[in-house]
Amino acid sequence: MFDEAGLAVQSALDAGAVYADARGVISRSETINVRNQNLDQMDRTEAVGVGVRALIGSSWGFAATADLTNDSIRAAGERAAAIALASGIVPGPRMEFADVPVVEDSWETPYEEDPFEVATSEKVDMLVNVTKTMQGVDGVAIATGTLTFYDTNKWFVSSQGHRIHQHIVESGGGYDATAIGEHETQRRSYPQSFGQYETGGFETVRAWDYEGNAQRIGEQAVALLTADEMEERETYLILEASQLALQIHESVGHAIELDRILGWEAAFAGTSHLELPKLHSHRYGSDLMNITADATLPGALGTFGYDDEGTAAQPVDIVKNGTWVGVLSGRDSAAVAGLSPGGMVRADGYNRLPMVRMTNVGLLPGSGTLEDIISDTDDGVYMSTNRSWSIDDKRLNFQFGTEIAWEVRNGKLGRMLKNPTYTGITPQFWGSLDRLTGETEWVHWGTPNCGKGQPIQVAHTGHSASPARFANVRVGVKA
Amino acid sequence: MNREQSLVNETLEMVGDRAEAQVLADVGTTALTRFANSFIHQNVSEDIEQVSLTVAVDGKVANSTTTATTPDALRRFVEAILDTTSNQPIDEDWAGMGGPTEVVAVDHWDVDTAEADPIVRAEAVKAFVDAGEGLLGAGYCQTESRGHAYGNTAGRRVHGRFTTAVVDGIHQTPTSAGSGHAAGVALSGIDAGAVGALAAQRARDSVGALDTKPGEYRVVLSPECIATIAVFLNVYGFNGKMAEEGMSFVDLGEQQFDEAFDLLDSPTNPASLYLPFDVEGTPKRHLDLVKAGVTTSLLHTRRTARKAGTESTGHAAQGAEAWGPFAWNMFVGGGGNSVDELIAGVDRGIYVSTFNYCRVLDPKSLVVTGLTRNGTFMIENGEITHPVTNMRFTQSFVDALAPGTIEGVGDDARFADSEFGSTFIHSPSMQLGGWNFTGGAEG
Repeated sequence: MFDEAGLAVQSALDAGAVYADARGVISRSETINVRNQNLDQMDRTEAVGVGVRALIGSSWGFAATADLTNDSIRAAGERAAAIALASGIVPGPRMEFADVPVVEDSWETPYEEDPFEVATSEKVDMLVNVTKTMQGVDGVAIATGTLTFYDTNKWFVSSQGHRIHQHIVESGGGYDATAIGEHETQRRSYPQSFGQYETGGFETVRAWDYEGNAQRIGEQAVALLTADEMEERETYLILEASQLALQIHESVGHAIELDRILGWEAAFAGTSHLELPKLHSHRYGSDLMNITADATLPGALGTFGYDDEGTAAQPVDIVKNGTWVGVLSGRDSAAVAGLSPGGMVRADGYNRLPMVRMTNVGLLPGSGTLEDIISDTDDGVYMSTNRSWSIDDKRLNFQFGTEIAWEVRNGKLGRMLKNPTYTGITPQFWGSLDRLTGETEWVHWGTPNCGKGQPIQVAHTGHSASPARFANVRVGVKA
Repeated sequence: MNREQSLVNETLEMVGDRAEAQVLADVGTTALTRFANSFIHQNVSEDIEQVSLTVAVDGKVANSTTTATTPDALRRFVEAILDTTSNQPIDEDWAGMGGPTEVVAVDHWDVDTAEADPIVRAEAVKAFVDAGEGLLGAGYCQTESRGHAYGNTAGRRVHGRFTTAVVDGIHQTPTSAGSGHAAGVALSGIDAGAVGALAAQRARDSVGALDTKPGEYRVVLSPECIATIAVFLNVYGFNGKMAEEGMSFVDLGEQQFDEAFDLLDSPTNPASLYLPFDVEGTPKRHLDLVKAGVTTSLLHTRRTARKAGTESTGHAAQGAEAWGPFAWNMFVGGGGNSVDELIAGVDRGIYVSTFNYCRVLDPKSLVVTGLTRNGTFMIENGEITHPVTNMRFTQSFVDALAPGTIEGVGDDARFADSEFGSTFIHSPSMQLGGWNFTGGAEG
C-alpha cells in the first residue's frame, strides 16, 4: 500500500498542496458475543482504503476512498486539495507544522498467538462456559461474554519523505452477570466494565482466568439486589484500579489534549480547565500524583511505533509530583503552542482525519498494597468497577457510579453497598490523593471505546493504575 | 440498477444455495466541514461503498462487513464468512429471513444536498460565524447522501436513498457559550445564519452567570434536552431486547407518562429523514410508542420479535445485535405554547438549552446523571432573570415525564441534537414540574 498512499500524496501536491500525507490501511476485527450460553453475535469487519490529508495556506482538507484503482486514489488526492482550498473561505491563522525526523521504518506489536488463528470454537466455548457458570448462580438473569480482536496494517507516506509500515494487534474481552429486581438491575463485570483490552495476541485474554472468576461475579450481582444503599456523605474513598483508570481517562486524559486546550473541540467534546500559561505551575493534584503519557509501554492498549503523522511513540511527563507539566499533542497543535510534538495523533481507520488522542495516560505507582490502605482506614468506602461516568465540558465536575462498594470500618471491609456513586471537582479531587499502592498492583487497563471528533472516531487508549485512596470525597449521590 | 443493488445481487450470487443469506449495500458520500475559533480547521469527505453479509448455515449464523468490493475481494469475503460458520454452534435465537415485501414509497432526498461541494458547506459555516461578530464560533456543517439496497435468499429486495444536512455549533464569549442546531433533508432549508444568531444570543445572554443552589426546580427544557430524554427512552425503554430481558421500565397499556406526552416513530412523516426499511429489509410504518401518556408499543427486530411472539417493527440497526432495536424516525408530540409562554408559567425555575454527557445509573428506573451546557438561566416570576452556571442533575427520565408532570408543551418542534445523534429526534420544548439538580459548578 506504499504505492497507493504515495499516489494519493502526489496527487494532492499536484493539485496545489504544500504538504500532504496519506495512510493506506487494511484493518479487520472480529467480535464474538455470547448471551446466556447462546452465540448471540459473530461479526467480522474488514476495511481497506486510503485517506489523504492536504495543507494549502492555513487550511486542511481530507478525503478518503475504499476504491483502490489509480483513478480513484488520484481523485481522492485532488479532492483533499479542493477541500483545503474551500476551507480558506473561513481561514485561520498561519498554519505551522512542527518538524519531526523523517523516518522510513516498520513496527509490529509483539504477540504470541494470532487471535484470528485461534479456532472459533475455542473462543465461543470459552464464553459459553463462563456464561454457564454465572447462570448457575440462582438469581442471575443475564450472563454475557464478549471477545473482540483487531488487526491493523497501515502504510504512512508523507510529502516530506516518511514511509512507515505498522502492524498492530489488539485483543480483549470480558463478561458480566445481571440480576434483576422489581425496580432495579444490578450488574457485575470482569475483568472490568466493557472488558479489558491490550495490544498483543490471544495470550493476553488467557492471562485473565475468565473461568476462575465467573462464579464470584454471578454471586456478587445477585447479592447486590439485597445489599444496603450507600448513604450520602463525605468520607475516604478507596478506588479499585480499573475505576481509577477511567477516572484518569476522564479527568486527566481528556483535559490534557492540546486540541481541547486550544479550543478546537469546543463545540462537541468541549474544552479544558487547563490554560497553557499555567503549564509547569498549575497544581493538578497531590505530591503522589505522577502521570505519564507513554506510547511505548509493552502490552498497553495505547502502544504503537509511530503516530499517524509519522512521529515516533514516546513517553511524555504530564503531571510531576502534582504539578502539570505536559500535554498530548500533534505536529500542528504543538507548533501553535510552541511545544514539541508528542506523537499522539491517531485516526480511527483510513477514512478518518488523524487527531490528538490519548496514548497510555497512566498514574505511576506508589508503594504498599490495597490491603495496607484498607488496614489504615478507620472509616471509608471501597468502590470497584465502573457503572456510569459523566463529566462536564471542561473536565472539572464529574460523577462516577461503580458496580459495587464495601464500607471500610476500623481497617476492615464491611457491608456490601449497592448503587455507589461519588462526585467531585478535578483539582480538588486529585489534591486529596493521599495513598497510592505499588507496582505489584499496577495494571495497564485498556479503554476500547473513547469517542471524540466529528465524524465520531473511536480510539483505543491505555491507562495504567493501581488502587488509591482519596480524602473527603462526596459519595452516595441520589436521584 | 444502481451500484448498491448490483452489489447485493453480485454477493448473493456468490453465496448461491450454500446458505441463507442477506446482504445490505451502502453507497454514498459523507462530508463534514468543522470549525473552531471561528475558522475551518477540519474538513473531510469520504466516499462510502460497503457490503454487509449475514449467512446462516444450518442455524449457524455469522455477519461480516467489508469496504473491499471488487469482484475478487467480494469472492474472498463470501468464502471467509461461510468458512467461519463451520466452527460455530447453532444460534438458537436465529429468526430467519423475511420473504418478498413492499416498502412505503418515500424519498427523503434533495439533489442539491447530494451534490453539495465543500464551497457550499464553507459558505454555511461563514454565515454561522458571521452571525456572532466578536464571538468565537465552533461547530460543523455536514451533508450526506446514501443509497441502501437490501436483498436476501428468501427473495426480499428493497432499496432506497436519503440525504441529510446539519448545521450545528456554538458561539463563545470568554466566560460563556450558547448553542444552535438545525437539521433536515436539504441544506438549502437551513438558515445557517439564523442558527448562528441563536447561538450568539444565548452566549451573550449567558455572560455573568451566577452559581445556584442545587435542589429540585421546575424547568423549561429546550428541544435538545427533550431529544436527549427521548433517545434514552428509545435505547433503554422501548428496546424490545431490554424489555424481553426484564431490563426496561416499559409496561404496555399503562399510563406511564403524562397525558401530554406522545412519542412515535414514523418514516413517512414529510419531515422524516432516512429510509422506510431497516437493515433486515423489514418495512417500517407509523408506530405509536406512547399515545396520550399510555405506553403502546415496543421496538423490535426479527430476533426480538421472535422471542416476544410478535412481528418485527423494522428497527434492526447495523451491528446492533448486542443492543437490540433502535428507532431512527422519532417524533415527540408538539404542543401549542410558545417558549415565552412556557417560561411565563414558572414562578421559580430553570431554563436549560442543552444537556451534556448524560449517562445511565440504572437502566430499569432510567436514572440518569448529566450536566447543563451552553445556556442555563434562572426563571423568576415568569421571566428569565439571569444566567446560571452549569449544573449537574441526577434524575429518572421516566419519573420526569410521569402523569401530572408536564405543565406545557412548546410549538417549536424540530430536529434537535440529542446525546446520541443530531438527526433522528424531532422534539419540542417542554415545561416540567420538577428536575433534580444534585450539584452546582463547584460540586
